[in-house]
Amino acid sequence: MKVFAFCLVFVTGVMLVMTAQDFPAWGDAHSAPNQYLSTYYIQHTYRDTAVPNIVTAVLADYRGFDTMFETSVIFCAGLGIAAILSFGPRNPKRRKRLGLPPSAEGDLIIQTTTRLLIPVTQLFALYVIAHGHHSPGGGFQGGVILAASFILLSLAYDLNMALSRLSDRLALLWGNGGLLIYAGIGLICVALGAHFLEYSALHAILPATDSVMARSHAMLGVEIGVGFTVMSMLFSIYTQLVSLGSLEDGL
Amino acid sequence: MTDLMEFVVSRFNYWIYVVLMMIGLYAMISKRNYVKKLIGMTIFQTSIILFYVSIGVKSNATIPIVDHHDVVHSEILVDHYANPLPHVLMLTAIVVGVATLGVGLAVIEKIYRQHGTIEEPELLADVDQT
Repeated sequence: MKVFAFCLVFVTGVMLVMTAQDFPAWGDAHSAPNQYLSTYYIQHTYRDTAVPNIVTAVLADYRGFDTMFETSVIFCAGLGIAAILSFGPRNPKRRKRLGLPPSAEGDLIIQTTTRLLIPVTQLFALYVIAHGHHSPGGGFQGGVILAASFILLSLAYDLNMALSRLSDRLALLWGNGGLLIYAGIGLICVALGAHFLEYSALHAILPATDSVMARSHAMLGVEIGVGFTVMSMLFSIYTQLVSLGSLEDGL
Repeated sequence: MTDLMEFVVSRFNYWIYVVLMMIGLYAMISKRNYVKKLIGMTIFQTSIILFYVSIGVKSNATIPIVDHHDVVHSEILVDHYANPLPHVLMLTAIVVGVATLGVGLAVIEKIYRQHGTIEEPELLADVDQT
């Protein structure tokens, strides 16, 4: 079986390498993937949306429908993990089963450092979300950093400490809320007579904006929604997996 | 020989992606432990991300964030900015990949609770018995 698998993989690998000649060379600015659509994005994004960060603009505006469903995939994954692990026979003697020693007291130095580190981490995450239009960043990245701050809390103290700050129920609620913010902005556009997620229509209700700035502002709202969902769902996935669904004690 | 070396060096990003992808594929096919299969899947996924990001590279280009100075004083040169599209696609793929990996681990844990093993031959024997 192993020899067969190796032969199969080797032949596939050789065939894939043979196609490498037909792919664009490293750094070729005029290759096919760097033409057409990406050229349009680079030239028109700032004029269309007043957002300098092309990645954020394409993510939240031009490909907004795709991103909405990517976010819902994350939400569904979090729901699915909770559904798979939480129901059925619980495993309270997990620690004994895995042969782990009883949960140890946290280390003083680590806990003190964490107390100082977490507010800075969360502030940085909010900056990454809010400033994602002008610098590298956005909802996904900021949400991951926020989730990391909660995971750090649960590593330095214990799972119950982190869950007392962001409980499992609340995490699901926030994830749901983030997705609702995203879809809600799209539905407001529909209510204003435009297409779903056509942000330029929002200038009718946002004060002191034109149709270009409206897209920039709507993108911020969408990114905040994405940030909520990513933060709460990644933290929920971590807590579910690390306690095997019991949410009693983690690592 | 020099031709071959030149071929490898000029397309090294494709070589690395193929090698990584094949490592992942081999792990998925031949390993019997489900966690190892998942690790293989993650390596596979990483190679795809590398592939996408590497075709968006332009030499002497900067990150795809438009310079305010360019907007006001001159025209936006397309060759001056890296291709934003692969970055957008992979940005979501990374986070979704983490979430789906979590689902996979949860399923494995459920299998372990039900059958007491995550080795494929033992699991199949256990399923046949019941």
